[in-house]
Amino acid sequence: MLEMRGITKVFPGVKALDDVNFVVKKGSIHALVGENGAGKSTLMNVLSGWYPYGSYSGDIVYEGEVCKFSNIKDSEGKGIVIIHQELALVPYMSIGENMFLGNEQGKKFAIDWDKTHAEATKYLKIVGLTESSKTLIKDIGVGKQQMVEIAKALAKHARLMILDEPTSSLNEEDSQALLDLLLEFKKQGMTSIIISHKINEVSYVADDITVLRDGKTIETLTRGVDDFSEDRIIRGMVGRELSDRFPKRQGVEIGDVALEVEHWNVNHPVYTEKKVIDDVSFHVRRGEVVGFSGLMGAGRTELAMSIFGRSYGTEISGSVKIHGKEVKLHSPRQAIDAGLAYVTEDRKGSGLILSNPISINTTLANLKGVSRRGVIDHDKELAVAEEYRKKLNTKTPSVQQNVGNLSGGNQQKVLLSKWMYADPDILILDEPTRGIDVGAKYEIYCIINELVAEGKSVIMISSELPEVLGMSDRIYVLNEGRIVGEFDRGEASQEKIMACILATDSDAKEKKQ
Amino acid sequence: MTTKSKILDFVQKYTMIIALVLVTLFFTWRTGGKILMPQNITNIISQNAYVFVLATGMLLCILTGGNIDLSVGSVVCFVGTVGAVLMHKDLNMWLAVVVMLLVGLAIGAWQAFWIAYVHVPPFITTLSGMMVFRGLSNVVLQGKTMSVTNEKFVQIFGGGANCYVKDVFGGSEINILCLVVGVLACVLYLFFTFRNRSTRSRAGLEVESLLKTLVKAVVIVAVVIFFTLRLAQYKGLPMALVWVAVVILIYTYITSKTTVGRYLYAIGGNETATKLSGIDTKKIYFFAYANMGLLAGLAGVLTIARLTSAQPTYGQNYEMDAIGSCFIGGASAYGGVGTVPGVIIGALLMGVINIGMSIMGVDANYQKVVKGLVLLAAVIFDVVSKKKNS
Repeated sequence: MLEMRGITKVFPGVKALDDVNFVVKKGSIHALVGENGAGKSTLMNVLSGWYPYGSYSGDIVYEGEVCKFSNIKDSEGKGIVIIHQELALVPYMSIGENMFLGNEQGKKFAIDWDKTHAEATKYLKIVGLTESSKTLIKDIGVGKQQMVEIAKALAKHARLMILDEPTSSLNEEDSQALLDLLLEFKKQGMTSIIISHKINEVSYVADDITVLRDGKTIETLTRGVDDFSEDRIIRGMVGRELSDRFPKRQGVEIGDVALEVEHWNVNHPVYTEKKVIDDVSFHVRRGEVVGFSGLMGAGRTELAMSIFGRSYGTEISGSVKIHGKEVKLHSPRQAIDAGLAYVTEDRKGSGLILSNPISINTTLANLKGVSRRGVIDHDKELAVAEEYRKKLNTKTPSVQQNVGNLSGGNQQKVLLSKWMYADPDILILDEPTRGIDVGAKYEIYCIINELVAEGKSVIMISSELPEVLGMSDRIYVLNEGRIVGEFDRGEASQEKIMACILATDSDAKEKKQ
Repeated sequence: MTTKSKILDFVQKYTMIIALVLVTLFFTWRTGGKILMPQNITNIISQNAYVFVLATGMLLCILTGGNIDLSVGSVVCFVGTVGAVLMHKDLNMWLAVVVMLLVGLAIGAWQAFWIAYVHVPPFITTLSGMMVFRGLSNVVLQGKTMSVTNEKFVQIFGGGANCYVKDVFGGSEINILCLVVGVLACVLYLFFTFRNRSTRSRAGLEVESLLKTLVKAVVIVAVVIFFTLRLAQYKGLPMALVWVAVVILIYTYITSKTTVGRYLYAIGGNETATKLSGIDTKKIYFFAYANMGLLAGLAGVLTIARLTSAQPTYGQNYEMDAIGSCFIGGASAYGGVGTVPGVIIGALLMGVINIGMSIMGVDANYQKVVKGLVLLAAVIFDVVSKKKNS
C-alpha cells in the first residue's frame, strides 16, 4: 500500500534520515521502533507532509502513485492521518467540536451543529466511547482523549493511520483497549503504523516491525517469519558497538555521599492526582558521575526539577540531604545556595536568553559574583565570561555575541558556563549532549570529567544509552516515575537496562490482570 | 563586513535617531525653520515632560515581556486631584508632593501585587485601575475643576510663565547658567566616555575604534550645545527639563548598571530560564509595576503644575503616548529589548511630530492618524528586523 524509498532528510548539522526504505502492506499493522532520536517521528512527518515535498529526497509511493505532499491537508486528502504523541485537542471545546475542527460540517458560514454531533456520535461508537459528543475534552480522561483522537482520524476517512507513541500517557488498561481497537480495525481493512517504545505492545499488535537506528533502516521483521521476541527486537534497536567515544577518567576518588534523596514523591502540576514520581530514593557521592536512564516520559526531568527548588510538580514530599544535612529547597535560589545546579535539557526554552550576549547569560545565576550592592561591574562580568569561554573552549568571535547566533554545542557550553560560575557542588545535567555534534559531545564529556576531578558530583540524565554507560560510575534506571534498577559501572549493559524497563512494564501489566 | 552590510548595520542600530533627524529636517523645511526656534524647542520639552516620565516607567513594564500599564493616565489624574485638594487646604507644598508620590506608589503597589503574586494579567489589572482611578478623580472633584494656586509649586514643577531655573549669573540677552550646564554636561560626558575607554583597554577588553568614539562624541556634543544655546536664547532651562533629566539619569542607571535592571531584561528574554537561575521573578514584576505607579505620581505632579489645576479629564490617553513612545523608541513588543535613551528618543520623535504638525496647522484629527501610522511602522520594523536576524 505504501512504500517510502530512499528517504533522506537533513537538518542543519544532522542527517536525521539516511536513505530509509519503508514498506507497509495493506491491511496490516506496521510498527516502527528505535531509540530516541532514531528518526521515527521525522520519517512519519515526511510521510504526512509536515516536511513538504522538496525538503527531503526520495519517493513516497502510496497506492501505486508517487505522492508529493506539500502540507498535511494533502496527505489527509489521500486518507493518511497522523495522530501525534501530544494530543492536539482543545480542552474547552466539546468532543464533537474537536473532532471536526478544521473540517467543520455544514455550509461555509453556517456550521451544522446537529450534523456535527450526529457524525461525532457515530464515530465515537466505533471507538467504543459512550460519552456524549457534547462533553468537554477537559472532563474526560487521557485514555478517552486518545480514543477521541482516533475517532477524529476516522472522521477524516483515514485509510492509513499513523499513531506516534499512542500509549505513552495511558495506563495499562487504556493501552490494552487501544491496542485491541487497532486489531479490530485491521479486521475491517484499516492499515496502521504505530511508533512505540513499548516493545511488549509492539510484539503483541504488529504484523511487521521495522527497526530504525541513527536515521537508517536496520531491518524489517515479519510475524511468523522472524523471531518476534522482545530480546530480538531490543538487539536490533541498540546493537551498536561502543567505541572510544568517551574520555577516560583517571584518579578521581569517590568520596562521601554528597546528595541523598529519600522517599521522593511528586504529583503532576495540572492533573494533581496523577503521581509522576513515586517513592524515589537515590544518592550521589563526591566525585561520582551517576547516570539516570529511562525512556522519554519516565520522569527523570520531573525528578530533577522537583528537587531543584520545586520547579516542577505539586504535593512534593520526601527529604533531601546535602552533605548529610537535611535541607528544605522551596525555590531555585535556595537550591543554588545549597550547592545544586540544574542544567536544563531545553537550553533554548528554559536555559538561555538567546537574544542576550554570552556574558549576560554566563553570570545570570550568580550576578552577585560580579556586582556590589546591586550595581553590576560590567568589566568584571566580561572578564568572567571570557574566563569561562577559554576554559570551555567556546567558539565565538567575542563574549558579546548573542547566544542565539551560536551553534548547539557552543550554546550548551555557555549554559554549562553559567552553572559552573554559580559554583555548585552537585550538578544535574539533563540531556547535556542533546542535538550537538560528536566533537562537541566529546568536549562536554571532558568537562564532566574535570568537574568530578574537582570533587563535584554529577547527575547525568540521558536518553542515549551508550552515553550513560560510557560516562557513569553508577546508573539508576527510571520507569514510570519509579526507580526500577541500579547498576554499577561494570555490570551494566544496554540489554540489561532495556530489559529492566520492559520487565517493570510487564510486571505492572500482570498485576492488573 | 562589506560596505553594504556595514551601512545596513548602522541604519539598524541608529534607526530612530536617523528617523528623528529626518523628521526634524522635514519640519524645518515645511515650517520655514520655525520648529527650531528657541521657544518651540522649549515647548517640546515642557509639553512632553509627562511623556518622558511615563515612558520611562512604561519601559520597565514592557521589558518584562511586552506588558503594559493602561492605568497611568487615570493615576496621573487621581494623583493630581489629591495634590490639588491638599494644596487647596494649604498643606505645605513639599509635604503635598511627597503625599502625591506616595499615593502613586501605593496605587502602583496595589496593581503590582495582583499582577506579580496572583497572576492577574497586567492588561486586565491596569484596565481596572484605569476605570477605578478615573472614577475616583471624578468623585473627589465632583466633576469640577480645582485650580492650583500655590505659585511656588507651579513654578518648581514646570508650570506658569516663570518656570525656568533662575540664572544665577544674571545674563540678560542670553541665559548663562543654561550654557554653563550644557558645557558641563558635555565635559562630564567626554570625561566618562574616555575614562571608561581607557580602563577597559587597560583591562584588555574590547573597545570600539577611536574614530567611532570620536565621531559619536562630536555629534553628541554638537547636539547638546545646539539645544542649550537655543534654550539659553529663550528663557533658560525649563524646570520640567530638570525633573525629566533626573528621571532619565536615574533610570538609565537602573536599567543598565544594576542587578534589578538586568533581571527586567532577563525576564523578558526568557522567563523560565530566569526563574531557574534562582531569580525571584515575582519580585521583579512587582518592582516594575510599583515603580510605574511612582512615576505616574511624578507625572501627576508635573501635569497639575503645568496646567495649574486638576480636572477629572486630565491624563486621558497619556498611557497611549507612553506606550507609543516605548515601541517607537525600539522596545520590543515581546519584552527583553529596549533602553531608556531609546524610549526618550521615541518620545522626542512623537513630540516633534506633534509640534511640527501643529505649527503647520495640520488638523488635530490628522495628527492622530499620522501618529498611529508611525507607531505601526516602528513595530513592523522591530518584528521584521527580528525575523531577519533569526
